Amino acid sequence: MSTHAVGATHHAPPEGFIWKYIFSKDHKVIGIQYLLLALFSVFVGMGLSVYMRIHLAWPGMKVPLFGGDFTPEKYLMLMTMHGTIMVFMVLTTAPQAGFGNYFLPIQIGAADMAFPTLNMLSFWTTFLSLMVLLAAFFVEGGAPISGWTAYSPLSALGSITGPGQGLGQTLWIFSIAIFSAASLMGAINFITTTIDLRARGLTMMRLPLTVWAWFVTAILSLLAFGVLLAAGILLLLDRVAGTSFFIPGGLIVSGVLQTKHTGGSPLLWQHLFWFFGHPEVYIAILPGMGVASHVLATFSRKPVFGYRAMVYAICGIGFLGFMVWGHHMFLSGMSPYTGFAFSMMTMAIGVPSAIKTFNWLGTLWGGQIRFTCAMLFAIGFVSLFVSGGLSGLFLAQPAVDLQLHNTYFVVAHFHLIMGVAAIFGMFTGTYYWFSKMFGRSMNETLGKWHFWITFPGVYFIFMPMHFLGLVGDPRRYADMTAVEFLKPLQPVHNFITYAVFVTVAGQLIFLFNFIWSLRAGKKVTDMNPWRATTLEWTIPSPPPFDNFAGHEPVVYRGPYEYSVPGHTEDFVPQHLDPAQVGKI
Amino acid sequence: MPGATLTDELDVLHSGGTGGGTPGSAGGGGNAGGRRPSPRGAASRIYYTGISLALAAIVMFFMALVSAYIVRKGQGGDWRPINLPQIVWINTLVLVASSITLEASRRAYDRDDATSFRLLWGATTVLGLAFLAGQYIAWRQLAAAGVYIASNPSSSFFYLLTAAHAAHLVGGLAALLYVLTRGWAYLRRSSGIAASVTGVYWHFMDGLWVFLLLVLQMGR
Repeated sequence: MSTHAVGATHHAPPEGFIWKYIFSKDHKVIGIQYLLLALFSVFVGMGLSVYMRIHLAWPGMKVPLFGGDFTPEKYLMLMTMHGTIMVFMVLTTAPQAGFGNYFLPIQIGAADMAFPTLNMLSFWTTFLSLMVLLAAFFVEGGAPISGWTAYSPLSALGSITGPGQGLGQTLWIFSIAIFSAASLMGAINFITTTIDLRARGLTMMRLPLTVWAWFVTAILSLLAFGVLLAAGILLLLDRVAGTSFFIPGGLIVSGVLQTKHTGGSPLLWQHLFWFFGHPEVYIAILPGMGVASHVLATFSRKPVFGYRAMVYAICGIGFLGFMVWGHHMFLSGMSPYTGFAFSMMTMAIGVPSAIKTFNWLGTLWGGQIRFTCAMLFAIGFVSLFVSGGLSGLFLAQPAVDLQLHNTYFVVAHFHLIMGVAAIFGMFTGTYYWFSKMFGRSMNETLGKWHFWITFPGVYFIFMPMHFLGLVGDPRRYADMTAVEFLKPLQPVHNFITYAVFVTVAGQLIFLFNFIWSLRAGKKVTDMNPWRATTLEWTIPSPPPFDNFAGHEPVVYRGPYEYSVPGHTEDFVPQHLDPAQVGKI
Repeated sequence: MPGATLTDELDVLHSGGTGGGTPGSAGGGGNAGGRRPSPRGAASRIYYTGISLALAAIVMFFMALVSAYIVRKGQGGDWRPINLPQIVWINTLVLVASSITLEASRRAYDRDDATSFRLLWGATTVLGLAFLAGQYIAWRQLAAAGVYIASNPSSSFFYLLTAAHAAHLVGGLAALLYVLTRGWAYLRRSSGIAASVTGVYWHFMDGLWVFLLLVLQMGR
């Protein structure tokens, strides 16, 4: 293996448990910390959704919840916290800060992130944010009820607008503000590392698509989270300092005229929020695209079809992602001309998305496909991305969106594309990299059980929601049986809830497999069990403290050289000296 | 934020790279075509990349506030122009002066003139503190005139933008003090990166204030 001697590691190996595993500056430990935070959060978020589904299926059933009956407000609390925990603490942390932290430096041949201390700070700030968010459950009035989008004036006026809108909503805003700061620190680290710390020979067009995805995602974070932070501060001032940024004058809430506030704009909040919120969707999904591309190539034993087109598509999606926030606001009464512009830009995202999809299929085409668990989930990712993306084309049209926006159609759309597809990206990464991270393999048989329960499961959950939406079932309703025209839909809701039970059971298999494999999984002796090309497979599992043991690898070629004619093995690693190609 | 994280990472600079080699020296075929300066170069470059990115994020933050300002003013009705306290103009001069002393200090560093460097750097720090004190006085004057944060949207934005800028300036002051308390030998050893990055940040905060002041004055 050709490496290049450098004397530098960024910092000395830490001593003692606390510095090694708690306040570690090692990007690998921090990556795992993020993954564990996300794993905890995803089960909390999933638990909340199970509660909601039970209530939707059997609204009359007395389910104990925070002492007292299951009121519609409590349903909204569950919904708000489910959305917030899933979007911020799972979809934003695991794919980017988790896997990205662990593998970006290794894949570019660096000993660590550019700013290890900042990296540690970023994780613990995120942790604080999660704690503040969860605290909202335990304060007077409980968690907020205004959804993960916290639309004003519901979110801005305090406890007069409902339980949870007092201290609970304030904690929510603090949590999101803290989270924004943490994400900005992470983004600075990711971008700097990618720009400045690449190994010799690793040009941008030789980067693995995973690194491209993390890089572009970090740019989106950098530009989006500052805006969310600003919006959060304005909202907080409206609540605690009596300002009127988002609260209109002459508002009557619960029969009381609000005299303190004058002339603010609720739409201003929506604009600021969605200017962050739409890029956030891509922050969640882009890393999944990167991992899926990576894994599809590895297990098809073929180069990624159209590598450059894939890179440009990632950049194109990131760029367009900043210009479409208005499509979340077609119902807000914006000018139809504005709506038209946002609609056109939104549909334009279909172009790079289709490039990616066809290139994934092109990668699979004619390949020697090995259906490992990672590969199954990567193919599942492509499927979910297409299914969820196609409904986006419906919703991108204002005339259709007006009809569907507040229905289950939107719930189905964003869960498939942003929620489940991104989660499939995480499963792909977990099954693919587990052995590298922990030195033991996950059980493939259990993993296949997990896949074959989860993949149909999520379709059984979310496909029927499209039909619910088309017939006008409104989202955010706690009890469909209370409305005459929705009563006939109840069997569909029951079906979805049963599908949820089965799918959740599948996730317990995953959790068991994960924990069991940590302790008793088969030890891996081979550094490169998947016969893959990128740099993480050239070092031991788990990697040593400074990744390359004081050496810096040299890269000679692109990341996906599979089935190279004339070479004895069917792959050529990135670091292999050209003189060796064809000889070993 | 940027100042707080310099401490540990600067220490690695001098323990840093040995023999990174020159670009293209590896691999007989010359196939390793990427640009790559020595690790020492990379080690210092990350701070400039990092601070540029941090400033980009800060720009987005303030642009969000300023666009909210413009939109909110367009909402009409309740907007009452406020008279900016005269002292903000003096404060502005103080802050601009601090940029000038900072630049002079940087030149002293290049001349290897430790005494002038310390003197001018100290003057920059004092001027920065004076600016913050002046902003506080401006707040007190407004409050004395009965103009509070909730009085009307114009005053809300005045307090908000000045406070947000001051918060960022406090970070800059921390970085100024950090450099001031380091020994000269330390600064020379780390090639003056801490001083240089702090300078970039400080000048930026200076320019940002002038921009915000113009927004506040012209948009009243």
